[in-house]
Amino acid sequence: MRKAQGSWEKRILKSLNSMCTELSIPLARKRPVGEQKELLNKWNEMGTDEPDLSLFRPVYAPKDFLEVLINLRNPNYENGDSLSFRTHLGLIQVPLKVKDIPELKEFFVELGLTTGQLGIDDSTQVPPELFENEHVRIGQKVLAEQDSAAAQQYIRQGSPTALRAELWALILNISSQPEDILYYEQLKTNVIQHDLLVDSLIYKDVKLTASNDDYYFVFEDYLYQVLLCFSRDTSVLGHFAYNSASPPKSYIRGKLGLEEYAVFYPPNGVIPFHGFSMYVAPLCFLYHEPSKLYQIFREMYVRFFFRLHSISSHPSGIVSLCLLFETLLQTYLPQLFYHLREIGAQPLRISFKWMVRAFSGYLATDQLLLLWDRILGYNSLEILAVLAAAVFAFRAVNLMEVTSLAAAEAVLADLSTLKVMPLLQIFLFATVT
Amino acid sequence: MAGKVKWVTDIEKSVLINNFEKRGWIQVTENEDWNFYWMSVQTIRNVFSVETGYRLSDDQIVNHFPNHYELTRKDLMVKNIKRYRKELEKEGSPLAEKDENGKYLYLDFVPVTYMLPADYNLFVEEFRKSPSSTWIMKPCGKAQGKGIFLINKLSQIKKWSRDSKTSSFVTQSTKEAYVISLYINNPLLIGGRKFDLRLYVLVSTYRPLRCYMYKLGFCRFCTVKYTPSTSELDNMFVHLTNVAIQKHGEDYNHIHGGKWTVSNLRLYLESTRGKEVTSKLFDEIHWIIVQSLKAVAPVMNNDKHCFECYGYDIIIDDKLKPWLIEVNASPSLTSSTANDRILKYNLINDTLNIAVPNGEIPDCKWNKSPPKEVLGNYEILYDEELAQGDGADRELRSRQGQSQGPKGGRSRDSGRTVLTTWK
Repeated sequence: MRKAQGSWEKRILKSLNSMCTELSIPLARKRPVGEQKELLNKWNEMGTDEPDLSLFRPVYAPKDFLEVLINLRNPNYENGDSLSFRTHLGLIQVPLKVKDIPELKEFFVELGLTTGQLGIDDSTQVPPELFENEHVRIGQKVLAEQDSAAAQQYIRQGSPTALRAELWALILNISSQPEDILYYEQLKTNVIQHDLLVDSLIYKDVKLTASNDDYYFVFEDYLYQVLLCFSRDTSVLGHFAYNSASPPKSYIRGKLGLEEYAVFYPPNGVIPFHGFSMYVAPLCFLYHEPSKLYQIFREMYVRFFFRLHSISSHPSGIVSLCLLFETLLQTYLPQLFYHLREIGAQPLRISFKWMVRAFSGYLATDQLLLLWDRILGYNSLEILAVLAAAVFAFRAVNLMEVTSLAAAEAVLADLSTLKVMPLLQIFLFATVT
Repeated sequence: MAGKVKWVTDIEKSVLINNFEKRGWIQVTENEDWNFYWMSVQTIRNVFSVETGYRLSDDQIVNHFPNHYELTRKDLMVKNIKRYRKELEKEGSPLAEKDENGKYLYLDFVPVTYMLPADYNLFVEEFRKSPSSTWIMKPCGKAQGKGIFLINKLSQIKKWSRDSKTSSFVTQSTKEAYVISLYINNPLLIGGRKFDLRLYVLVSTYRPLRCYMYKLGFCRFCTVKYTPSTSELDNMFVHLTNVAIQKHGEDYNHIHGGKWTVSNLRLYLESTRGKEVTSKLFDEIHWIIVQSLKAVAPVMNNDKHCFECYGYDIIIDDKLKPWLIEVNASPSLTSSTANDRILKYNLINDTLNIAVPNGEIPDCKWNKSPPKEVLGNYEILYDEELAQGDGADRELRSRQGQSQGPKGGRSRDSGRTVLTTWK
């Protein structure tokens, strides 16, 4: 796994460096004073100043990453020559251990049919006295006690919209002390003083994704304020201790290979890819104070999101999620799986982008937030794979009738009307297995 | 069963025509026998004018009330609301209660407004009380943001003062009549940008008042960051939210069109401000719409051949107080984005389902009480008959469908004409 991650990183860095050379733009440069002043004035509306980004391309897109994952092989693994019904017919060929439905039912027990859920039991037909009112009351109590562990348990059943911002902060241990605000301001100063090539990539990504999104376009300027600071935040380097990835290194001009002149590039070690800004966008619905928004995002990244684009064997890592998704589909919806495979529409090719983005930009925001509630509650990203499988199950009838990958994509193009909790509940607890 | 409905329109918009055609209605011209005429506001003037007007028969329906301008002209709307408030005050109604500063507690939802040139002197007096305030000048009879400008100095409207000095000023030519309102310079900003709300309200009868609110309203955002700075008073991209204006801005995006659904707004406000204040805001919005309709109800010609779908424009300030800016009789049916097209198509569809029951040839003498199933995305905003009929137990506690996610506002238990329960 580490070898694969290592060579993937080399590729990304090579791509970045060659963009650098092609466009003759340095990876980093200090801004002249005039430019610094200008940027400071425009800090709250960076969205309106559009530099020429036409020559920039995202360093990579999810589908490039998928190709890498598909080609992962474990040279030590011997599984016998003969094909059997156990043979995995999906794209991922790494034999990691993933949960099956009985294990998932146990893991996600609070999502069961007899437990109240926000996202199901707060709908119009259900009187609030049955569940919602009491759930809100408990949530307020949890917040009053500032009990982080209780909050995490509580949020498995979903968070009331009015309490969500505080609950997430409690679970993520974000408390917005003066030193946090100072730290953010310091990062802002770094942005003002130095221009990074990566900034243009961020800019381009926001313009390509969030700016065109019905829900998130309003928050475009916040996204710059968060992401530009994020790339300069060296504290993020700390997460590489438990990440199979390593931060890319660059060398001061003319000192290639000399370790004393090596710096991490970008300073936070994270090179953004196409769609990266969508990790931040949903958070703008909850936090409108930039430094708090920043802290929440950073914590979400180092706890969860980094796993979605690095190669590891962790159960919440993207490789495991892909395998979990494919296994669920092959085991519990075999007809659908075989059909899609036959027509050249391997399901993972469609669902990969959903999982890499944690469904941001695909679901309606209120549904996405309910989903992310459960990510926090269970401290696991496995729910993304389960939801992906549940979506296929939901649209199975239409999918059985398609005869091409393009047609399958079309059936699954619009997820904005889906209600995630009923889908999950039915898939896990109400389908005959 | 009679034949198919015969329709006419002088507004060539696909969202209309597709809806007529899908019902199997037959298109005819205005000179033939028609049952349903979706007309522009110019045409309605002719239909009901004293000279050229004609009598509508029982099986004919039109989409405007004859004197809708009592609500939809900026100056008349303000006039009617002021009159309504005074009347309530005279009757000693608790609704007209004022606070220690003389401001109405429950009926202060229109920014201070004066007609020009008629009220020029009154305006000057008010202006001098707070000389650093900004005011917005709007021509009475125009739409789409045309002719609107902001002022912060008396010299900028000198033109209207000269005329008021002449003794008789009986008729104001529609061209020159303006209203000047206190500009709301502290709008609620989201993402640093100003926005307003467009809500659709269907009125099927004024006496008794029966009105419906479309659940799928939207917010219109400016493409440029908001600043109250006086140097930007001329920049209409900062101040005016009309799509007709914004779409010429550099940053206008054709995918989302700068529009947000009301449910997004609700989700955002609940998440960042809390549930109570958000519910209160939406209750107040419903309240001011109902009050505005009640204000004009006595002067409206409640012709039984008429129904009307209004476009209400509302601005929320940073204290989460909603302000009624204006009411449009002919809300735009142009679609700026794909979502827009779907929304407007469904709007017309649901409107027709309520106004023309079962899609059959109408009988204007029907009781205008459609069954709940045909409401579609409309919900009852206020039903005077029901309100007066039933007593205290009336539960209009209909929560909205989940189709757009977060719950929409509860229809107020608006049977009470006495103190509102949510204040």
